[in-house]
Amino acid sequence: MTEKPGWKRIPTGGLILTAGNAKEYKTGDWRTQRPVINRDLCSNCLTCWINCPDSSILVEDGKFKAFDLDHCKGCAICVTVCPKKAIHMEPER
Amino acid sequence: MMEMPKILPLNGDDAAAFAMKQIDPDLVAAYPITPQTELMQSFSQFVADGEVQTELIVAESEHSALSACVGACAAGGRVMTATSSQGLAYMWEILYIAAGYRLPIVMNVINRTLSGPINIHCDHSDTMGARDSGWLQLYGENPQEAYDNTIQAVRIAEHKDLRLPVMCCMDGFITSHAVERVDLLDDNVVKDFVGEFVPTHPLLDIEHPVTYGPLDLYDYFFEHKMQEIDAMSRAERVVREVSNKYGKMAGRSYGLMEPYGMEDAETAIVVLSSTAGTTRATAKEMRQAGRKVGMIKVRCFRPFPKDELAGLLADVKAVAVLDRSDGLGAYGAPVFNEVRNALYDRDQGPEVVNYVYGLGGRDIGQPDIAGVYADLADIAATGKVKQRVRYLGVRE
Repeated sequence: MTEKPGWKRIPTGGLILTAGNAKEYKTGDWRTQRPVINRDLCSNCLTCWINCPDSSILVEDGKFKAFDLDHCKGCAICVTVCPKKAIHMEPER
Repeated sequence: MMEMPKILPLNGDDAAAFAMKQIDPDLVAAYPITPQTELMQSFSQFVADGEVQTELIVAESEHSALSACVGACAAGGRVMTATSSQGLAYMWEILYIAAGYRLPIVMNVINRTLSGPINIHCDHSDTMGARDSGWLQLYGENPQEAYDNTIQAVRIAEHKDLRLPVMCCMDGFITSHAVERVDLLDDNVVKDFVGEFVPTHPLLDIEHPVTYGPLDLYDYFFEHKMQEIDAMSRAERVVREVSNKYGKMAGRSYGLMEPYGMEDAETAIVVLSSTAGTTRATAKEMRQAGRKVGMIKVRCFRPFPKDELAGLLADVKAVAVLDRSDGLGAYGAPVFNEVRNALYDRDQGPEVVNYVYGLGGRDIGQPDIAGVYADLADIAATGKVKQRVRYLGVRE
């Protein structure tokens, strides 16, 4: 892990002085379970993409590509909404 | 048009409102509550008469009023408000946000007790509860100080080394509604003294986008709080600097505290706000009768000027701290705790006792103060403290 800056070297009051950097905040480490997909069952309907609250379903050429595990918090909504039951959760180690 | 007289008969609320008129802040957001109501009523009149450029927001609650102040100050405006008692309590979570975001908001708090039972009169329970919120606290003795503190608070809050909000406290009804002579500065003198507000990271500067209030967890929150603590450690110097400048300009000197008779005092009383006047008058009479008594008015309670206070009390035998609020469950009330703590590092300190007085607006008079000095004389003579924390003026 890289050393974080001390209180003398960061903007005061918790301000963020640049724009468009929310994606740099990796919320994926909040996760206790990760989604795992069975591609044989997936029909690429992208219902998971529509419902994911963290925009963590990555899509390429109109098809499911991968989970963005830097930002997926492991809420398992994708598991619930998948009409093909193609996604399940596995514990993080 | 007649030139404005330099001296007016004003009560504390009107004096503070007059200062706000001369400061002409960009935005004021408030909600009425007794005994602050008259302050906002007077200021609203200035707005209605076009005497200020201020955008006035009459919010639906104090929570919303201070939230609007936070937003407007973050946007880059000079912002003021005022409240009392339950109103301050309702602002609670936003108090910490204003300080935490380092927004130099100035608020007059007209001290009133907290319910229940319900009561609209003065004690310091409201602001004493907010003493660790990151706001500075100046306690004014009379309408003149309500006026002077409000003007100084703007420069204190906005000082580049500080950037913290300031509360100007005055005693509800006793100061807020009692008319006294108030010396006023010229409008342009006040304007020059407070100067232009220069915001550090205004939200409205679209060339430099900034986020206020992002999530700040265990990995950075402590560092941001440390910056606030560091700023507060400079507050004593900033208050002193601004007070000195104001004193030179206005011809009325202000320090962090105001001692009387301490040069040879054997016993002393430490007190805030309007009761300082009652105490000074009593001490004066007793000194004229040859008694070596003194008193210290603490004007600046946050930051607490521990070294100056401990120095003033170094040669005193017994000290009584008068608290207009209680610290229920604590060993003594808030001011007592600060004073006794400040003296702990001294090798030989005076005995320090605590009198909780005036809760819910209970009057305190010179005979009460004389009684405290009599108790102190007894402690000084015998070296014995019968009861460390007492309640002054309550019926058995």
